[in-house]
Formats: sequence, structure tokens, C-alpha cells
Amino acid sequence: MSLTSNPAPVDWQKASYVAAQAADARVNVELETEGMILNIGPQHPATHGTLRVVVRLDGEEVVWAEPICGYMHRGYEKLTEVRTYPQVTTLINRIDWLGSFANEVPFILGAEQLMGIEAPPRAQWIRTIFFEMARIANLTLFLGDMGVQLGALTPVFYAFRDREYVLNLIESATGGRFHPNYDRIGGLKDDLPRGWIDECQGAMRKVRSFCDELEDLLMGNEIFQARTRGIGVIPAAIGLDYGMSGANIRASGIDWDLRRDSESPLAWKEVDWKVWTHPDGDSFARYWVRLQEVREATSIVDQLLEGLPAGPIMSKVPKIIKVPAGEVWCHTENPLGEMGYYIVSQGGLGPFRCKIRSASFNNVSILSWLLKGVYVPDVITILASLYFILGDIDR
Amino acid sequence: MSPADTPSPEGAAEGAPEKAPESAAEPVTAPEPETAPEPEAAPEPEAAPEPEAAPEPEPEPVDPKLQVLIDSLRERLGDGFVASDVVGGDLWVRVDVSQWRRAAEVAKGELGMDYFCFLSGIDWLPNPLLAGRDVWDPNPNEASEAAVDEPVGTIHTGIAGGDTRFQVFARLYSTRTHVGITLKADLDDESPTAPSLTSVYRGADWHEREAWEMYGFDFEGHPGLRHMYLPGEFEGHPLRKDFPMLAREVKPWPGLVDKEQIPGEAAEPDASETVSSEEAAAT
Repeated sequence: MSLTSNPAPVDWQKASYVAAQAADARVNVELETEGMILNIGPQHPATHGTLRVVVRLDGEEVVWAEPICGYMHRGYEKLTEVRTYPQVTTLINRIDWLGSFANEVPFILGAEQLMGIEAPPRAQWIRTIFFEMARIANLTLFLGDMGVQLGALTPVFYAFRDREYVLNLIESATGGRFHPNYDRIGGLKDDLPRGWIDECQGAMRKVRSFCDELEDLLMGNEIFQARTRGIGVIPAAIGLDYGMSGANIRASGIDWDLRRDSESPLAWKEVDWKVWTHPDGDSFARYWVRLQEVREATSIVDQLLEGLPAGPIMSKVPKIIKVPAGEVWCHTENPLGEMGYYIVSQGGLGPFRCKIRSASFNNVSILSWLLKGVYVPDVITILASLYFILGDIDR
Repeated sequence: MSPADTPSPEGAAEGAPEKAPESAAEPVTAPEPETAPEPEAAPEPEAAPEPEAAPEPEPEPVDPKLQVLIDSLRERLGDGFVASDVVGGDLWVRVDVSQWRRAAEVAKGELGMDYFCFLSGIDWLPNPLLAGRDVWDPNPNEASEAAVDEPVGTIHTGIAGGDTRFQVFARLYSTRTHVGITLKADLDDESPTAPSLTSVYRGADWHEREAWEMYGFDFEGHPGLRHMYLPGEFEGHPLRKDFPMLAREVKPWPGLVDKEQIPGEAAEPDASETVSSEEAAAT
């Protein structure tokens, strides 16, 4: 019963793959290879942070995996209880440190909602601009970093080069390159400096050409495709079950973006943009969706800069900010996914309880399910493509 | 940074919360009480365990999409459905803890809540670090009067009410209809236990581990409650309100319970100087 006697056309590639798999399995049974425990992290470049993933291997194959967090737990939920509302933004800037401004916004919006005040339109527009710039600053690093994880060193230098333009702009307006601390209850700390808008448009052009470059350089690369296509496939239902959000779930075909789908006072509804999804749910899809999101973000920023309304950037806010008693859940679509704050106020100067729902925590919790049955090099691909920030897991 | 010059009894806060209002209320005065905001009904003398007065007027028209959720949950859970509240266009439902998992099953299976957002807990015990009403109000005189009527340690629970110190709450969301729901359940004070949601939502696994670690909640049916963040030998449940923040006991640092004047605003050298100079000497 040989394969050649079969009159039907034979897919030799598939047949050899099956044969190789069978041979592998036989070797494993014959040799009775014992499971090997491998620690990936906490100090491992692939985890870009101090996430530790313990995997048990059978040969090259992962049979069991467990992520271990806590190496960077800073207890922000407890600390918010002894801070005033304006002081909390300093802490939460450090949750997702690559897109810091985006962390401030949902908290401030939640507090504003409880106080019943709203920032003036110009402030909302500038907030949206910086929110999208935070997204660009965050995701461009991912776009380069993914290459590094797969052995292509060049893209990350491009990423750092072009990201710098965005960071410089953030710094020139807010004073903080990484941690702007720019959002205030009722508005913003400062208005934009003179000439900022022109420079910003220039930077957005550079980011767009960076995206084009990466599309040629990395996404069209055969090795990149071979290493990412079909690797780490997340079915949409399981992803949602684990609470995955953001580009990770959009790459599984779920058309859901809080910028479009939730009531937000920010200016996303004023501009024309698109939510990108990909049906495959694999590592390549996650990369592809994020690349499109960066492009889309530059277009959002451009449109907002064109239509930026004049007016004040701060509404009338009492000098001592006390938030009336109540509870609010406020969430936004952050670079890493859904980020939200459940703020409980009892009429004090600071939150009574502030539950920080960060995206990476849920995104990473799928790892023990997702890593089962993959090979060790693919573990690195999957870790990179899920894209987490350690501060966003541990808080 | 905003003015954080709140009078507060830092040293005495943890040990003797009863003493706090008297000791701090008189000498320490907020710099400008006139400019201070007066949010409506901040200290309520009679603390009823009923839902707190929300900023919005209560009888607002309920979104029909939310009304459907309320009705079907009430129908499915029967007596297990304790209370519901719609505030600011968002829905809260409090269920009996025995129906906690059932509520999630109904939400997922019949109401289309396919997305598990988070699960966590609340400890409604008043924060001992902020004991005394004077800390909550920049105008200490009025506040301390209000505080007299109310025994220290009175629990105010939030939206949809509550009868116990601990509550577990979870947020579920539908990515199709874009409607979310916050489920709450009261837990026993002595042994807070809830059924685990891991069989309904896989994502609940880590969140329950976190709540177990931070609040000491037990989740029946969870595959393995072990530490999420803290080292294995850690004792105590840090997010409980009675868990002291040791760093703060040792060294005062900026924050809500700080007595240090903000540099630009060190205007009036009033009686609070005595307190803050002690503080300065300590550091």
C-alpha cells in the first residue's frame, strides 16, 4: 500500500509532513523522552519585560505552559486609594508605559462623568490627537520589535528612529516624553505650542512612510510569513472568552472597536476612519491589523489637526477636586486593547476603590491555552504577536 | 498637581479611627474653604444601606436594550435577582451569591454577553487611612458636625446596594450589541465565598486568582487558586481596607493623607504648622 499506487494526485508536501510527524511521534514513544521544563523569562528578550513563562516540553513541542506574573506588581489599585484624583494620573501613566497618555484618558473621563463636567471641544480634540499619538508611539515599537523576535534586526531601528519624531512632539507639547501627565479633570494642562501642528503633520507623513517600508521589508518577507502564518491561531469565541480585546481580537475577525462602538466625548466620531479586522486570527493577522491601525491613527491625527476647533482647553473646575459619591465604569480602546477604570467614589478627594482593567492582563491569560502543542520557536512568535506591556499586566 | 493639602490624621489613622475627627478637625483648616466645591449630599447623616443617591436624578428613562436585560435576568434568576440600577446609561445588577454563576451563564448564553471584561472585589469598610469625615470635606467644621451623627465605620455601599462588607463584581459585555452589564453579589463577612465563573468564562481564571489574593475571596470550583502577583509566603489580603500600608506607616509620602504644604500655596501659617513640623522632623 504505497502512496504511488494511489491514482488520485498526491500532495507530496503534505504526505511528507504527515510521515515526518509520524516518525517524530514514534521516536518520542520509543525513546520515552521525559518532559523538560523550560523557563522563558523572567529575564528574556522575548518577553520584553519580566514575564516568566514556564513551559514543559516534549522534544520541541510544548505540552503545558503557564505564565507567571508579579515581578513588576506595583500595587496601583491600593495606591489610588490614598491619592487624590489629580495625583492618580501620575501613577496610571506607568501602566502601559509606551502609550502613557492613553492610560490617563479613561480615568479622567470617568472622574468627569461622576462630577458631571465635560471638557471643552478643543480639549477633547487635543485629547484624541494625543491618544492616537500614544497609539502610534506604542504600536510602531511593536511593528519593529516583532521583527527582532523573528530574527530580523533592521525593522526595530527603523521603528525607534521614526517613533522618536512622535515622542518629540509629545514632549514639546506636554513636557514629558514618556509620561506626559497632560490630562486634567475638565481639560488639559496646556494648549499646543506654536508651530506644533505643522510639525505634527510632517511626523505623521514619516510614520506613514515607515509603515510602507515595513510592509515591504517585513510583511512581504517570505521568512516572516512562514514564521507567522498559521502560528498561534486564536478562534474568536475563545479569545472573547478569555477577555481578549483590541487588535488581538480584531485579528480574529471580531469587528469591535470602542472608539467607534462606545459613547465617548472624544472626537473619534468627528473624523472618517475605519476599523480593520482580519479573519485569520494568527500571528500574521495580529501584525497586519496593527500595521493598519498605525496608518489609520496617522490619518485620524491629520484630520483632527485640520479641523481642530478654537476655544478654551479647560472648563470651570473647582480648585479642590472632590468627586461626588457614585460608581462609574469608563473604558477606551487603548493601543493594547480595552482599558478601563471602575471608579468608586464616596465623595472624597480620592477614589474609594479603583479597579484598573488593563488589556494585557486578559490578553496574556490565554497563553496557557494557546501555547499547548506549539514548538519552542513559535512560543516566541506568539509572545511577540500578542504584544503585551509588563506594566499593563502587573499594574 | 492640585492642592492636596487635606487635613488628615495620618499617625492616628490606622490605630484609632474614632479619635481622628476631633483631633484634626479644629486646628487644620483648608486654605480657602469658600472656593471649595460643594458636591450635593456628600456626607449623609443617616446612612441607609439602600442605593446611594446618584448625581443624576434617579427616575431616568431606562434604555429599552437595558430593560430587556433586566427583565430576562429577573425572570431567569427569580429570587436570586436582588436589585438593579441604571446610572448614566449603564446597568448594574445585584444577584444573590448562590445565583452568581447562573447569572453569568444566563448573561453569556441568552443575553449574548460574549466578552468577559473583568472580575474583582470591593471592600466597603471605610478606609482607615482616611478615617473621619473631615478628610472627605475641605470644610472641616461642617463635616465634623455631620460625622457626629454617624458611627465611625459605617458602611456605605454603592450602586445597586449591598448588605455586607464584601462584594464581588464582574463586568460582562456584548461585542455585538455593545451593551455591558456589571454584576454584583454580596459575600459573607467571615468567609467570603462565591461560585467560580471559570466554567462559564475562561478568562475568569486569572481574575479570580487575583481577587482571592487581594481580598481573600474563595471561589468554589476554581481549578487552582494560587498567588498571582505576590510571593507564595505572603500573608494577608492587600486590597482589604484594614490591610495597612506599611510604607506609609514608616515614612509619610505625598498623597491624600499628606500634611505637607504644597510649595506654591504655603500661605497661611496656621495651626496646621504644628502638625506638619512634627512630620518634617520625622522625615
